[in-house]
Amino acid sequence: MSRIVDLKRGILEKNDLQASALREAFREAGIAVSNWVSSPGTGKTALLEALLAHAVTTGIAAAALVGDCATDNDARRLARSGAPVRQIVTEGLCHLESDMVGEHLADWDLAALELLVIENVGNLVCPSGFDLGEDTRVALLSVTEGEDKPLKYPQIFHSADVIVITKTDIAEAVEWNAGAAYDALRSVNPEAPILETSSRTGRGVDSLLHQLLSSVSADGSRLTPQEA
Amino acid sequence: MHELSVAHAVVSTVVEALPAGPSAPRVLEVHVRVGVLSGVVPDALSYAYDVAAEGTPLADAALHVERSPVVIHCAECDGDAELLGTTDFRCPACGTPSGDVRGGRELEVLRLVLDDAPALAGGMP
Repeated sequence: MSRIVDLKRGILEKNDLQASALREAFREAGIAVSNWVSSPGTGKTALLEALLAHAVTTGIAAAALVGDCATDNDARRLARSGAPVRQIVTEGLCHLESDMVGEHLADWDLAALELLVIENVGNLVCPSGFDLGEDTRVALLSVTEGEDKPLKYPQIFHSADVIVITKTDIAEAVEWNAGAAYDALRSVNPEAPILETSSRTGRGVDSLLHQLLSSVSADGSRLTPQEA
Repeated sequence: MHELSVAHAVVSTVVEALPAGPSAPRVLEVHVRVGVLSGVVPDALSYAYDVAAEGTPLADAALHVERSPVVIHCAECDGDAELLGTTDFRCPACGTPSGDVRGGRELEVLRLVLDDAPALAGGMP
């Protein structure tokens, strides 16, 4: 004899609960938090370098957590901006989980910060299901990748609140087809704002900064990003 | 291969819901629902589950994975619609794009099939 017992319980409930606690702490501290996801080589770290440097120059208290399977190379690179940066080494794990974020923030004074960027492990599949407590998920696509990549990895691009196109300074050289890329992005995510950036020229960096900060504007409304 | 993390979470979710000790019922089947937007691949989860369940009370329990499709709400039709895939977020009836997703992100343990045995501990229905 056997019997059926309904359980109806979220598989990632532990991660989700910790993420909710983090989100509450971030909201209380009034800090805008984004989770950056993309494939390796999209230029997350280079764009983050430009963003942190710009934030520091404009007097915005920004900080970053960077996730990688190994090495603290990214943290050392980003620390040059003058912003506080901490590396999360996942030792092979393909994505960040909320408890890692919690541990690495434990002794930071969140109230002193305005912007926190969490750079996820470069991976277009695994991070999509793991909430880190962010208010904005940013998915990045570089012009050197295929324009149809959003169709090949729909979950991650679908889950994004903001989509960032990187390396636009070399778009022409790599024969980037913007129309095809926008069609693919819109097909999997009809609503997220799409920002075009270049960490080399600084294009779009200010718009991105404003976009990220807008998530904590007093009335909760999103600002319209400026034209790059 | 984040399915291994998910598989460990399946095992701990079920084990924590069972009473500990000799009164624990034997679990025959674990049924989970995996939405097509969850980013979890059923085959990879099944494979990872066998590894994660080893040496736990679920070692002999079979995993059954149920897929759930994307469901969007179409403001134009004022109704929900199921999508066939994950790459075209438009209402299949009228073609209006929609980001208002009502289903497809599920990642949950639905039910267990137990060998008839003593009642489960508190917290379980």
